[in-house]
Parts: sequence; structure tokens; C-alpha cells
Amino acid sequence: MSFPLLTATAVLPAVGAIATAAVPAARRTAAKWLALLFSLATLALAVLVLVRFEPGGARYQLTESHAWIADFGVRYELGVDGIGVALLALTALLIPFVILAGWHDADPLEDARPNRRWRPTQGFFALILMVEAMVILSFEATDVFLFYILFEAMLIPMYFLIGGFGDRAHAGGDEAAATQRSYAAVKFLLYNLVGGLIMLAAVIGLYVVAGTFSLSEIVAARADGSLSMATGTERWLFLGFFFAFAVKAPLWPLHTWLPNAMGEATAPVAVLITAVVDKVGTFAMLRFCLGLFPEASTWATPAILVLALISIVYGALLAVGQRDIKRLIAYASISHFGFIIMGIFAMTSQGQSGATLYMVNHGISTAALMLVAGFLISRRGSRLIADYGGVQKVAPVLAGTFLIGGLATLSLPGLSPFVSEFLVLVGTFSRYPVVGVIATVGIVLAALYVLVLYQRTMTGPVKDAVRTMPDLRIRELVVVTPLIALLLFLGVYPKPLTEIVNPAVEHTMSDVQKTDPKPEVEAAP
Amino acid sequence: MNPVNYLYLASLLFTIGAAGVLIRRNAIVVFMCIELMLNACNLAFVTFARMHGNLDGQIIAFFTMVVAAAEVVVGLAIIVSLFRSRHSASVDDASLMKL
Amino acid sequence: MENLIALLVAAPLIGAAVLLCGGRRLDRAGHWLGTLLAAASFVIGVVLFSDMLGRSADDRSLHQHLFSWVPVEGFRADIAFQLDQLSMTFVLLITGVGTLIHLYSIGYMEHDERRRRFFGYLNLFLAAMLILVLADNYLLLYLGWEGVGLASYLLIGFWQHKPSAATAAKKAFLVNRVGDMGLSIAIMLMFTTFGTFAFGPVFAATGDASEGKLTAIGLMLLLAACGKSAQVPLQSWLGDAMEGPTPVSALIHAATMVTAGVYLITRSSAVFNAAPDAQLVVVVVGAVTLLFGAIVGCAKDDIKKALAGSTMSQIGYMILAAGLGPIGYVFAIMHLVTHGFFKAGLFLGAGSVMHGMNDEVDMRKYGGLRTYMPVTFVTFGLGYLAIIGFPGLSGFFSKDKIIEAAFAKGGTEGWILGAVTLLGAGITAFYMTRVMLMTFFGEKRWQPDAKGDAPHPHESPRSMTIPMIVLAVGSVFAGGFFSLGDRFLHWLEPVTGHDHGDAPLSAGVITGATMVVLVIGVAVAWLMYGRASVPVAPPRGSLLTRAARRDLLQDDFNHVVLVRGGEHLTRSLVYMDHTLVDGVVNGTAASFGGLSGRLRKLQNGYARTYAVSMFGGTAVLIAATLLMRAV
Repeated sequence: MSFPLLTATAVLPAVGAIATAAVPAARRTAAKWLALLFSLATLALAVLVLVRFEPGGARYQLTESHAWIADFGVRYELGVDGIGVALLALTALLIPFVILAGWHDADPLEDARPNRRWRPTQGFFALILMVEAMVILSFEATDVFLFYILFEAMLIPMYFLIGGFGDRAHAGGDEAAATQRSYAAVKFLLYNLVGGLIMLAAVIGLYVVAGTFSLSEIVAARADGSLSMATGTERWLFLGFFFAFAVKAPLWPLHTWLPNAMGEATAPVAVLITAVVDKVGTFAMLRFCLGLFPEASTWATPAILVLALISIVYGALLAVGQRDIKRLIAYASISHFGFIIMGIFAMTSQGQSGATLYMVNHGISTAALMLVAGFLISRRGSRLIADYGGVQKVAPVLAGTFLIGGLATLSLPGLSPFVSEFLVLVGTFSRYPVVGVIATVGIVLAALYVLVLYQRTMTGPVKDAVRTMPDLRIRELVVVTPLIALLLFLGVYPKPLTEIVNPAVEHTMSDVQKTDPKPEVEAAP
Repeated sequence: MNPVNYLYLASLLFTIGAAGVLIRRNAIVVFMCIELMLNACNLAFVTFARMHGNLDGQIIAFFTMVVAAAEVVVGLAIIVSLFRSRHSASVDDASLMKL
Repeated sequence: MENLIALLVAAPLIGAAVLLCGGRRLDRAGHWLGTLLAAASFVIGVVLFSDMLGRSADDRSLHQHLFSWVPVEGFRADIAFQLDQLSMTFVLLITGVGTLIHLYSIGYMEHDERRRRFFGYLNLFLAAMLILVLADNYLLLYLGWEGVGLASYLLIGFWQHKPSAATAAKKAFLVNRVGDMGLSIAIMLMFTTFGTFAFGPVFAATGDASEGKLTAIGLMLLLAACGKSAQVPLQSWLGDAMEGPTPVSALIHAATMVTAGVYLITRSSAVFNAAPDAQLVVVVVGAVTLLFGAIVGCAKDDIKKALAGSTMSQIGYMILAAGLGPIGYVFAIMHLVTHGFFKAGLFLGAGSVMHGMNDEVDMRKYGGLRTYMPVTFVTFGLGYLAIIGFPGLSGFFSKDKIIEAAFAKGGTEGWILGAVTLLGAGITAFYMTRVMLMTFFGEKRWQPDAKGDAPHPHESPRSMTIPMIVLAVGSVFAGGFFSLGDRFLHWLEPVTGHDHGDAPLSAGVITGATMVVLVIGVAVAWLMYGRASVPVAPPRGSLLTRAARRDLLQDDFNHVVLVRGGEHLTRSLVYMDHTLVDGVVNGTAASFGGLSGRLRKLQNGYARTYAVSMFGGTAVLIAATLLMRAV
């Protein structure tokens, strides 16, 4: 038996979480370094997975399969396709930056009582690593039940991260901050639990119909016709799965938990929510909704496209109207998730490749923008846009990186989000021209909210409160520079990524039995 | 003698016991009433055993006695410790387990 | 030889990267590095040009494929360059004028502490603009297209501490984004129609596509061109863009970037030739903008905004010519090049004047500067003569050709277009004479600036005057050089094609008519601003003047409809998100909370209450069981 590489990528951060949590209270810094070390080791393993993965090979690679709960046919089955590998790599890549950016976010306040058992720092970093372990495993799971368990379990560490370690920059003081924070955490938990429970019903229903939880078996059985579902059953099961993923993604009108959660959480945790955890939702749409229920997916496409379109325009318009920097970025993310879902359900190769690239690129670009925003907020102690002005003059590097993050968010060509956004638009347009055209309005609105944010915070006369603001420190530069370099590199040369993703998308397209629309005129090559 | 009469007696005893549990506040009395109800059940079991001509009811009666004995041990201990801490054996005084 | 093409782009790109990431260490030498790399790019351009001249007309196109950019099933976009005569013309214009303006900026930005960054942005602009004109497919062109937009955004807002500059920059980017939306839709349309968006295959296949699709593509391309080239209805950003440093206005908002729309339409000639309806719209847009810009230019007292109006109007000429089809493409590009010379020269002259006048931009506070700034006066004057089309100078040749081509369109259309272009020529003569008279002639109307310093006009340093002189030489001779033996026509014809059309009037008659309107325009301006004295405070003016001062109310319209409307929309949506979408969820939660609050009252903590409920429950169960058995 070969070395269980995929299991190792998940076990390593989990071990790291336990080790970090066990560090004594006084050795805070050691806990931080330990967490960072484990996240870097996980990154190294993820790179190994990338290397071992053969883009043109079998659909699921590096597979592992062990009996688990034999009575219910639940198996511990892992395997990655191109989409899973890309997202696994993204997760492993972002966590070290999240840890580094949140270096001081969980330090106990100075007036806190010294207590031998009081270890918030250790808890913070352990929870982050726990989330990483669960997210990575959920990208690898090819057993529906295993995936469901992880999908739900990751809510627990996220709940504590949001509710326990809030943003210290709050207008209403500590009291209001605590209230808002627990509201946001509970809202996050309830929304996702409701989605998850409905999914549980669908998972059980699927088992009743198919007699197995194994994704690859069901997909194969569907393809060769040995498993047929009644139209009504398939649609209900599809809706059960989709609802859970749409809450997590989030899709309009199930989105309202995201601005609260991202606004109240610390910037690194906000990145964790939107760049990592939410991706499980869109990833699962591609892998489970399309793979398990191809006909129902086709049936639901028009409605989903309309919702995605509403998300795009609505999220962007709301972002324009926000007064809070982090909430603005949250609404921008809602708009971007609309693009991803639109790309998935356009049912074209370009749309789905674009959507997968979009997940990766959005992760990087939001991380860049949000983390710089977090650095900015930590300096002034306020999340309100109106409290800033003229930062460009005092902290040019901070302003410059903020602008690049913003430009990535508005999908400027040359930065990686452009490639994915354009693919999604082209893919959608070739099947649904009207939807594609309306969605392009989103790119104008994106320019509006990004530039308004930049103008109000960074330009203009220097406000007194920001006059002494220091520029980015070394630690912060270490966080931002690689992300920006990656944005540039993948913007000009996305080929390494597309090579991994393309075969997986072809498989998905054949799952739903769709082919790309042919052009009107076949041009000479 | 007609065995049904024993059943009437059992239900009478049970009703007295139930009324006592509901009405009395003294924990000891409540406790005694519970014992009364248990014994009413025992009587009914034994009667049924006699009526049906097998030993099942009698066996269950033994079980009930054992359980009742164990319950007395735990219950009296609780009552004594409650009395020690509150200087009262009223069940209404111990009403802290509400939201 | 084709391997040099990438180097053409790489030089300024490296410059931008080094200057922007290099930090303060480069403050002392950064501007020279930037200028040097721009010049290097120009030299490579010249080498490629001489190589191209050495080959026969059909064999001049070069192609360089670097790598595959976005390879996805059924979708191919490459980083690949194509250098033909049309691109070559632009490369020389961009790098040539670009280098001169780099040189000029060394002096102009001398006292700015962020000069290094300025040169970084300028280099970034050059690289993006070169990608735009060298791309061999529309997606790469799009990259350059937005790249120049970004450079323009950064440079307009270079003095970010001024809120007006930051606002103008944002506005320029946003309006351009609306145009970009057109370009991206055009690319998507091409992809669904042809399965590709590389120049060669698309142009080869236009014959097979339906005219409806081609018209749609053409209109979307036109929308893109309108955004970038400040054509009606997306023209409103150009005037505000004058908030940027003057070299930027000269390079980006006069000579190169704003003409990208003309390039796009000329490059896509195969599409437009097959879509006459789209062409008609192009012509109308060009004609309207031509008059719009000219009218605005007449009313502005800010020297740069007057010139901006003029730029808009001149690009209107080019767009109009490009819309005429094969009759006009060559002349559109020719006017573009000569305009690049004289308009850049005029802007640099304006910058020189501002440099000497404490950054005052109001022409009413100039006057009589010709003796104080002789070099500026002469170079500006030559540019002035060129733009109004004084016989023998550049503008005369290029503009005259466009007027002829407009008449040659034929039919009523031809007469209308001819009349519009003639009228435009007259107005051009008027407003440019006005600028000239108010700035360099008449009495001194100088005013102390905000700090109370009286201006001491002086000639600018040599690094600024040399570029002005070079551009003035270009303004004088370029047109004649191009027209001699129809050189420019033969040079570009293989790419754009050419058709003489049938002019209803002879060339001589048209030239005569142009001269007449020119003289009228100059004479009216002299009567109003030369003979009469110019008041320092602007007079109230007629209704048209007041409207033109406000950009013919375009901004007011935008403000009321888009800005206010948008604000109301977003505000109500934010409210709705909170009350309605969130409200439904919170309402559900609250109703559950209320229900459980009521149920909670049953748990009063008394053991007997619980006992009663137990007994009650048992009784109910027994009753139910008995009832079931009875039934």
C-alpha cells in the first residue's frame, strides 16, 4: 500500500491544531510559530500532491478507500480531481498567510487577568488549523456521507473563530462589539446548520435510492443507466443538496449571514470564511450537484442563473452603499460568488473552467484586499470608511497594495481574476447571451465600489487621525507580497492552473451530457 | 374470594399515593406516597399472577421491591442533604431548576 | 527580427516595474532610467521600421507568438504580437512622442517629490499602449486597453491630495469601464460567432457571418471606442482628466491613448466594412462629437480644458473618417498622427505657460505673454497654425483629406457630412485663435495666485523646450511629408484598403471652401478677442455659452440621473437588505423565540407541577389507548 498522501494533508494540520492547543499559556509566541510551521508543512504536502497529480490521468487520483461504518455502506474514500487539487492547493497556500496576518489578533488584552488556563492565542491558531484540516479533507472526500460530516463539522471551529475572536475595531465599544459578534456567530451557525440539515435529509434519501454513498459508484451507475431515479425524486434530492451549498456559497437571498460574519470577525478569519470555507459550497455544486443529479441540474439551471445574476448585480450595488470597509468587501464577495455559480451552471467548458479558476483567484484576490484592509483597520481602530482619508500620503506602500488588491477585485486584465471572470462571461454568453450581457454590468459596478473605496480612504487631504499611521511592517509585507506576485503571475500565465482544471471540467461536462455550443461560422484556424 | 377485589384495593392505594405526591409538600410524605404507589403496583402484579396462573407477575414484584429499595437509599440521601442545606424538607423550596 | 517586438514592450514594462518597486533609492536617477527605457523602445521601433521598409508591401507584417495565455477547451487566447504597417505607425508615434514627453517631464516635474513614481506610471502607460496596438487578438488588445485605462487613472489622479484630481481619475476609469463593457461584449460575440477572436481568422471569416451579428459587434466596438476616445455619449471624462499633470494630458489625453478608439475601428475595418449600419452610427457619433467638442472648446476659459474640447473634436474628425469606410481609414490615421504632433505640442506649450504663470490655468488671467516666452510662443503658434489647417502645415493636409472624403461619401449623406466637417473647421479656427489671442496677445491681465505671489513669466528650461521644438517641427512638416506622392496612403493601403469614392466637388473647390471658413473663423475670433479687450471676470454670456461652459449640461445630466439615482438605488437596497431579506429570517427567529418564551412559563420549578403533567400525560395516553381499542 502506498503512502496515504491525501490523508496526510488533512491529518497534519489536525495534529498541528492539537499540538498548538497544548502549548502552555505563557508560551504564546511558541504556539504561533508552531501553528505557522504546521501550516507550512501542510503547504509542502499540498505541493507534493500537485506534483504527483497527473492532469491527463484518471479522473480521481491518489485514491484511498477503507471500510468505515460497514452497516450503512459508509466508507472512508478519498480522491482528488483537478478541481479538488486546485482548491486544496489554494487552501494550503492561504492558511500560512492567514496565520501570519493574524499574528497579534488573538493576543490577550493587557488588562486581562493572568490565569494559568487562559490561552486565547493557542485556541485561535488551533482553530484555524482545525478548519484547514476539515476543509482540505472535504475537498478530498469522494464519499457523500464523509463529505457531509466534514461539511457540518467545520461549522464548529468557525463558530468559535467568529464568536470568540472578534474585530477589536468597533464603533460601539466593547459591549456592543460582543453583542454584534455573538449575533454574527449565531447567525452564521444557524444559517449553515439549516442548510446542512436539509442536506442530511437529501443524503439519506440518496442512500435509500442508490444504496451506496460512494460518489464514483453512483456517477458510474448513473452514466451506464443501471441507476435511474424518478424525475421528482431526483429534483427533490438535488434541491436538498443545492440549498446547503447555496447557503454556504452564499447565493442571494441566503447571503445575509456573510456581511455580519465577515464584518465582525477579524480580517484573517474573514478571509478564512470567504476565501476558504465558502469555496466548499461552490466546489460541492460542481462535484455533487452536477455529478449526482445531471438532469435535475439542467432543470434548475434557469432559476439558478437568475439568482446568480441577482447576486452579481445586487451584491455589487450593496457594496457601493456600504460605509464599513469589511462589509463592503463581503458584499463584493457575494457578487463574485454570483459569477462563480453562474459559470458552473452555464454548462459550458469555458464557464466551468472559469468558475474553478474563479474560486482560486477570488481566494487570492480577496485575501490580498481583506488582509490589507485588516492592516489598515488595525492601525486606526475603525472600520468606517469615513474615518480615513489621505492614507496614500502617509503610507504609500499600504495604499499601493490596497489598490492592487482592489484592482484584482475589479478584475483588471493582467491580474488573475480577469482571466476567470472573462471565461465565466464568455461561457455564459455562448449559451445564454442575455444573461451574459447583464452580468457584464457587474464589471462596471465593481469598478465603482472599488474606486469609491480607494478614493475615500486613500486619497484627498490627510485626516488628522491618520497622520501618524505607519506604513506596512515587514511581517505584513511578507503576507502581501507573495499574494500580489501570485495575482500577477496567474494573470499572465494561468496555464499551469488551466492544465490541471481542464480535464476535470471535461469529466463534469460529460456527467451532465452537455457539449459547448458551436460557433455560427467556423473560422479558419 | 374474588381476585378482582384486590385490584380495586390496588387502584385505591395507587390513587391515594398519587394524590399525596401531588398535594403534599413535605418531601418525606411525598416519598412515602411514592412507596404507596409502588406497593399498589406490586399488589396488582401479584393479583394478575394469581389470575393468570403463572409466576411472571410475582417475579416483577420482586424486581420492583429491589428497585424501590435502591430508590429509597438515593431518595432519602437527597432529602437529607437538602434538609441540611436548607433546613426544610418542603419540595417547593427546591425550585431552582428552572430557566 | 520579429523577436524584437516583445522587447519593444518589455523595455518600458521593466522600467515601470523597477521604478515602482525600487523604492526611494531610485529617486535620484529614476527619471533618467524611465526616459532612457522609453528612448530604447523608440530605437527598437525605428530599427523595426527600417527593416519593414526594406521588404515589399505585401510582406511587411511580422508576427511573434510568445506563449499561450488562456488555453481552455474551445477557447484560445495567446500572448502574441503582430506588427504591420498600422501597428508600426502607432509604435513610432507612441514611443516617439512618449520619449519627448518623458524628457519634458524631467523639467516639468522637477519639484515633485514623487517624480520617480510619475515616471513609473508613464512607463507603465507606454507598455500598455504598445500591447494595445501590437496585440494580434482582441483579448490581448483588451489587456492593453484596460492597462492604458489604469495608467490614465493613476496619472490623472497623480496629485491625489487634491480631491478634484481623485474624483476626475475615478470618473475617467468608470466611464471607460462602460466602454470596456462594450469591448468585452464584442469579444464574446466574436467568440460565439467565429469561435475565435484573433484578428486574422475573424477578419477572414466576416464574409460568412450574418450582417446582424456583425452590426452588433461593430456597435459594441464603437461603444468601446467612445469610452476610450471620449466620443459622445461617453465624452464627459476628458475635460475633468485635465486635472492630471500637463505632460500626461499631452501624451495620454491628446496624442495617444484617446486615439485608441480610432485604432480599434480601423483595425476592425473588415467587420465595419461588412456592417453598413454600424458604420453609419460611427459616422454620426463622429460628426456629433466633432461639433460638440468644438462648441465646448469655444466656451472654456481654462486653457487645458479648451484644448481638451479641441481634442474631442479632432478625434471626432478621425472617428468620422474611420466610419466612412475604405475612403477614410487612411486619412483617419494620418490625421491621428499629425494631430499627435500638434496637439502634444500645444499641450506642452500650455504646460510651459502654466509653469511660468504659477500654475494658473485661466486664460483670462494671461495675456501678452509672447515677449516673455518666445520659444513657447513660436512652437505654440506653429501648432496653432497646424491645427486650424493653415495651408502647407500638417493639419491642412490631413484635415482637408477628411473633408474631401466626407463629401466623397456621396448622396445626401455626403453633403451633410461635408457641411459638418467644414463647419467644424470654421469653429476650430475660431476657438484656437481665441486661445492664441487670450494667451499671447493683448494686455497683461496677470493676477497674484492664492498665496499672493505675482507671476513672473519666464521661458522654461531646455529639457522642456526641446520636446516642444521637435513637436513643432513635426507639426509643420509631417503632413506635407506624408502627402508628397501619397506616401502615407501607399504605406497603409495594404492593411486598411483604400477607395477614392466619387467626390461631387473637385478637390480645389473643397480646399477653397475650407480656406473661406478658416478665414471667417479667425476673423470672428479676432473681432471678439483681438480688437476688443478681454475682461478678467468672464461675462455672463449667451445661453449656449453658459451651457457649453458646463460641457453642454452633460455632467448635470449625469449627476441627476446616474449619481443621484444611483445613490437612491443603493441606499434603498441597503435598507431593503436589512429589513426585508434579513427581516424575514430574523422574523422567523423572533417568532420561535416568542413561542418558546411562552412555553417556558410552564417550567416553574415546582416538582408537583411536573408531577401533574406526568400524571395528566399518563391519563391521556391511557385514555387514548382505550379509545383506540374501543374503535
